[in-house]
Amino acid sequence: MRPVFSIALAAAGLVGGGLLFTFERPPVDIVQRGYRGLAMEQNYHPATLAKLAAANQVPFVFPAAQANGPTAGATYKNVQVLKDLSVGQFTRLMAAITTWVAPQQGCTYCHVDANNLSSDNIYTKVVARRMLQMTQHLNADWTSHVAATGVTCYTCHRGNPVPAGVWYNDTGASDPRGLAFGRTPSGQNRVALKAAYSSLPYDPLTPFLEQSNEIRVQATTALPNGSVISTKQTEWTYALMMNFSQALGVNCTYCHNSRSFFAWDASTPQRATAWYGIRLVRDLNNNYLKPLTPVFPATRLGPDGDGPKLACETCHQGVYKPLFGVNIVNGYPELKTVVQQ
Amino acid sequence: MAEYQNIFTRIQVRGPTYPGVPLPVGDWKRLGTPFFSRLLGFFGDPQIGPLHLGWLGLGSLIFFFFSIEIIGFNFAASVHWSPIEFVRQLPWLALEPPARHYGLGIAPLAEGGWWQMAAVFLTASILLWWARTFLRARQLGLGTHTAWAFASAIFLYLSIGFIHPVLMGSWAESVPFGIFPHLDWTAAFSIRYGNLYYDPFHMLSIAFLYGSAVLFAMHSGTILAVSRFGGDREIEQAVDRGTAAERAAIFWRWTMGFNATFESWHRWGWWFAVLITLTGGIGIILSGTVVDNWYLWGVKHGIAPTYPSVFPHVVDPATL
Repeated sequence: MRPVFSIALAAAGLVGGGLLFTFERPPVDIVQRGYRGLAMEQNYHPATLAKLAAANQVPFVFPAAQANGPTAGATYKNVQVLKDLSVGQFTRLMAAITTWVAPQQGCTYCHVDANNLSSDNIYTKVVARRMLQMTQHLNADWTSHVAATGVTCYTCHRGNPVPAGVWYNDTGASDPRGLAFGRTPSGQNRVALKAAYSSLPYDPLTPFLEQSNEIRVQATTALPNGSVISTKQTEWTYALMMNFSQALGVNCTYCHNSRSFFAWDASTPQRATAWYGIRLVRDLNNNYLKPLTPVFPATRLGPDGDGPKLACETCHQGVYKPLFGVNIVNGYPELKTVVQQ
Repeated sequence: MAEYQNIFTRIQVRGPTYPGVPLPVGDWKRLGTPFFSRLLGFFGDPQIGPLHLGWLGLGSLIFFFFSIEIIGFNFAASVHWSPIEFVRQLPWLALEPPARHYGLGIAPLAEGGWWQMAAVFLTASILLWWARTFLRARQLGLGTHTAWAFASAIFLYLSIGFIHPVLMGSWAESVPFGIFPHLDWTAAFSIRYGNLYYDPFHMLSIAFLYGSAVLFAMHSGTILAVSRFGGDREIEQAVDRGTAAERAAIFWRWTMGFNATFESWHRWGWWFAVLITLTGGIGIILSGTVVDNWYLWGVKHGIAPTYPSVFPHVVDPATL
């Protein structure tokens, strides 16, 4: 063989072999959801699914406690949210929360002073109380999104005192890069970890899940009708949708018929569920998490000085339904009703 | 007889180098001493040089250098001048056009002004290069087909970066300079205007694009196949039809009943290539100016079929 052919073959082999590593190995399971021919299908890889299944094991539900006897509010000092539970129910929930949120740290993660469990002298306890209220509010008032499945502390925390899926504002202001020559105010064009590693806007969460900017960018009439939404604006919505896709482990067609993203009559029921989910997240971020910002120590704040916030990923963690839709909250009915203060 | 292999040119002619036809008095001299390259001879003509640069070529190169420097330095600034990060993040980096509120005005440098400057220089560079292809063809006594084909590509470039933004009243409509960013922009553009799939000019552009690939394969396959009969001497065979032309013609006539000739063939190729960018540019210009949602336009004109619904009817929760 002529040397030039050998070199060409070796180069082709090297490049081709390298490219192989960029592919997901077969088999990929394709599940058709929409009408045939529309490519409304979800792709699942058995290895990824196995990993997700292992990571989403549902925790043990503590045996129910006696509902009678003195209430926690009458027995303990400074019980504000769970005061109507019996002492047995109360301690059972405390034990469950410990395994959900602080299994390594134990009770003292919130109750620093073992001689005075009622003390509010650490921020974690103040935050935990507000999170209990948030959970109750979510389960009671947002059934449009969580249905009867609901959430518990574990849905987000998974044994971590700070859920892995929280996020902070990223204006780029704290980024030391690009302060001189050509600092673009576009908020994009670096690796967008929150938008599927694209070059789309890297913080699509602040404008849409903290603020309530308009997500809809497509015209609803065939001909121009005074709409002034630019292609640039579309990139923000695009980034948000990539974030959803990443958070739920699904592709566009889980909610949309991609030939016409805006059309509700071509969408799946999951799109309406997601619509409520967006409002749910805005509600929780603005009414529960943001007011806690002054309570958090500086180490818990983001680079722009804001507190942790939640998004789809915080609960879903790569799965279309958190914990594959297993209901835990029925074992803890006290998390399903809002207690009037 | 000249023999072609499928990958490399087998025969490389060596003789005195050929400087080209004499140039008019006062024209730039050609640059460089010609030499032969065996390696490049596998793929094309083994003679390299001389090159005619000229004022247009020089101006084009200088403007191109300005634009690529502006883009490159902006990329470097956005990674805080770190060479490692520059290489690592290169595909993600971009120089963005100004925000919408600057309209068609001039933006501050750091907020799109650099983009405007790079765009002006790049456009100047491209237009000068176009003039160069036109004048070089004239100089050699050729037709100007190549220049007009290039002009069609420039029309698409200008449609995306200049004509459409001007019609929409904002440079924000234009495309960023960047590897992934311009691809994200492309997808966002299609989404914004309701799916370019239903834009008939986009359809035409795609048809000509894929068609060009098919024509290219048919042509190159045919010529390689008949090169053993001298078919690679295409122009000669166009006027003095020989075995190669006859057999090539018969092959296609047997295959599909009709055949192009050695001459007409090249008009097919030229028009298909030219029409890709011509129709593509029109499709871009019409988006947002004449049609705001191509899918709905397709529904209105009966080109977007409806499908049976398999899900319960979904209503926009915002309307409830």
